[in-house]
Amino acid sequence: MKRLFPILSILTVILLAYALYEALVVAPTDALQGDVYRIIYYHVPSAWTAFLLFFINFVASIQYLVRAKRSTELAAKWIVIAIGVVGVIATFIPAVQHSLPTGMRPSAVATTVLLIAIFYFLIGRWFAGDKLDMLAVTSAEVGVVFCTIVLVTGPLWARPVWGIWWAPGDIRLTSTLVLWLIYVSYLVLRRFSNSAQTQMLAAALAVFGALDVPLVYFSIWFFRTQHPQPVIGGGGSMDPRMLHVLLISWLAFLCFAFLVCWSRFRLESLHREVEQAHAMEALVGAGASKTSLPLSRSSQ
Amino acid sequence: MNSLWSLTLATLVKDIRLEWRSKDALNAMLFFSLQVVVIFVFSFDPLAEESRHIVGGLVWVAFLFAAVVALNQTWARELRNQVLDAYRVSPAPANALFLAKALGNFLFVVVLQALMVPLFVVFYNLRALGPGWQLIPVAGLGTWALVVNGTFFAAMSLRTRSREIMLPLLLFPISIPAVIAMVAGTTAILTGENSAHFYIVLLLTYDVVFTTACLALFETILHAE
Amino acid sequence: MTEVSPSISSTIVVENVIKQFGRFAALRGVSAEFDAGRFHAILGDNGAGKTTLLRALAGLARPTQGTISIFGKSPQAACRDIGYMAHPSLLYDEMSGMENLRYFARLYGISGDGRCAEAIRSVGLDPTLIRGVGQYSQGMRQRMSLARSVLHDPKVLLLDEPFSNVDVHSAREMVQLLKGRRDTGKTIFVVTHQAMLLEEIADEFIWMEAGQIVDRTTSVDRGANSCRGVL
Repeated sequence: MKRLFPILSILTVILLAYALYEALVVAPTDALQGDVYRIIYYHVPSAWTAFLLFFINFVASIQYLVRAKRSTELAAKWIVIAIGVVGVIATFIPAVQHSLPTGMRPSAVATTVLLIAIFYFLIGRWFAGDKLDMLAVTSAEVGVVFCTIVLVTGPLWARPVWGIWWAPGDIRLTSTLVLWLIYVSYLVLRRFSNSAQTQMLAAALAVFGALDVPLVYFSIWFFRTQHPQPVIGGGGSMDPRMLHVLLISWLAFLCFAFLVCWSRFRLESLHREVEQAHAMEALVGAGASKTSLPLSRSSQ
Repeated sequence: MNSLWSLTLATLVKDIRLEWRSKDALNAMLFFSLQVVVIFVFSFDPLAEESRHIVGGLVWVAFLFAAVVALNQTWARELRNQVLDAYRVSPAPANALFLAKALGNFLFVVVLQALMVPLFVVFYNLRALGPGWQLIPVAGLGTWALVVNGTFFAAMSLRTRSREIMLPLLLFPISIPAVIAMVAGTTAILTGENSAHFYIVLLLTYDVVFTTACLALFETILHAE
Repeated sequence: MTEVSPSISSTIVVENVIKQFGRFAALRGVSAEFDAGRFHAILGDNGAGKTTLLRALAGLARPTQGTISIFGKSPQAACRDIGYMAHPSLLYDEMSGMENLRYFARLYGISGDGRCAEAIRSVGLDPTLIRGVGQYSQGMRQRMSLARSVLHDPKVLLLDEPFSNVDVHSAREMVQLLKGRRDTGKTIFVVTHQAMLLEEIADEFIWMEAGQIVDRTTSVDRGANSCRGVL
């Protein structure tokens, strides 16, 4: 493991440099926006990475909550399987296929649903017990960082192109802002809580946040249909060469995110080890000088 | 199930009786609400053309302030003599306590709204150009949305430092879709320019989702050490 | 312990309980069995872990490690059989004693004023008093809190420093009340600094130091009749 990290770091740096080169030099200039649009190669991959990390946090939090009781753990597993099966089958039904937004292929939806279910079980397998909580805090922290990048690059992009820093009706940017707020409050809760069950409380908050996200999306979406607003992120289809660079950029960001998460996870793991050692010392230390025998019953 | 509701009712009646006896929170809150309205009136000129469009937002921001101050009081009496320990040790279902507190907060905030709304109507010369009766489901569902999560996060904040700031800090981000719906719905009804139908449905969905989540998780929160 | 022997259901078993608050270990491997129907006084210096042990028995503090079984059930499952009293009164200051007990009776599914009045009378207070509990003297408040904890006639009473700041007369009355309960077969645990009050009444004195039980004696005097060693 120790050798893997530097190797991956070097690879990531190379990948990031390559992505930067592709973004600044190779990618074609946008017909409408000129070269300003190139910030998209930071903006969009950051967003996708942040959403992925927040999703990981959501899955880890749910698993942490349900494992308190065997019955809830089993129930959750069956629900995920049911979602996977129903989701895949549903995409074959014509009525469902027609209601999908244009451009979204049924096979893509089916694959995504399946991947989500598989993801749930993989996380449950790779991260057991306390590691789930470590994963949750890691993904939340790194996710907030990437989310901040999205929120900073968004207005930076909007200003030169559309003349405004922010449009409240922009679904993506506003949803991202709410997500950022939710996860910052999650991190604040973790820091300010002096409960023995901080991890449970935080997991509960993460679940609330996840339930909130689709509602945020719909509320802004409908608001926008009634009050037409400029779309900052840009809609419509993308030149395949641009898409190509975007995906390279995302890959580089994912590698970078992976490295940061790995470091953070290790840090958290070490921190907990130190705490455990201190706790063990407190447990054994002060009492060692006293002779105390385990007593079973009092004599009468 | 029967015992859950009877216990909820008993707890709610107990809380109302306690509040009525001391009246300290209620009086302070009423006066605070009045002040909030007055500050808004001075900050946002009622005679301006645009005020009809922003009044929906003003009213709900005012309600939000008042609600947060009220919500921070939710567990104050229980904290004083560690009464929650008596609850934790008993076989009583935790959700009875939660529902009673949430309903109590709901009634409390509605009383505050009943004071503030006439003031807004008077100062801003409000008239609903759209279907005015729809304001009732918007207000009712919107208030419940704030109160149900607020009661839950108030319980969560019991185990944190800076309790009074933790509540709004946790509540506001989660409440954003509800606030959007409340404000847009109220504005739609007041200006008559749009239909509030979708927002009412959204608020209903929000309420169902989060009431369920709160009921599922409250027991864990109550027993957190 | 794979079999449940018949004696388990009539004892309270604490098995290697460790309770840590971050780096601080309040209970460091407490193991003991307690017979039903006995009066146990828990003694020790501040910070010895007495309150934590009591709260663990009540189900308010979940052990970091180890198990507690009260008549064969976990403390949470045995909540109907447990009555808990602490130094804070666990009562609403603005309500009268009767109103308080009426409400707490509902938590246990008890309706009707009869048992509430009886509980209040049993601690030597007047059920018809309409003053808010917050206006009682400390002694009266402790007694009302005791009434709350015995309201549902629990088999196990857990009392954390019930006599602190209470006048001697009230304290003695409370002790006699507890003796009466013990004589009807209830199990009683009292954490106290005033061991002398329980000298005549307690069946056993449990001494705690630094998160462990260091001694169990039948008299307040630790020299005589002390039990050391494993049976």
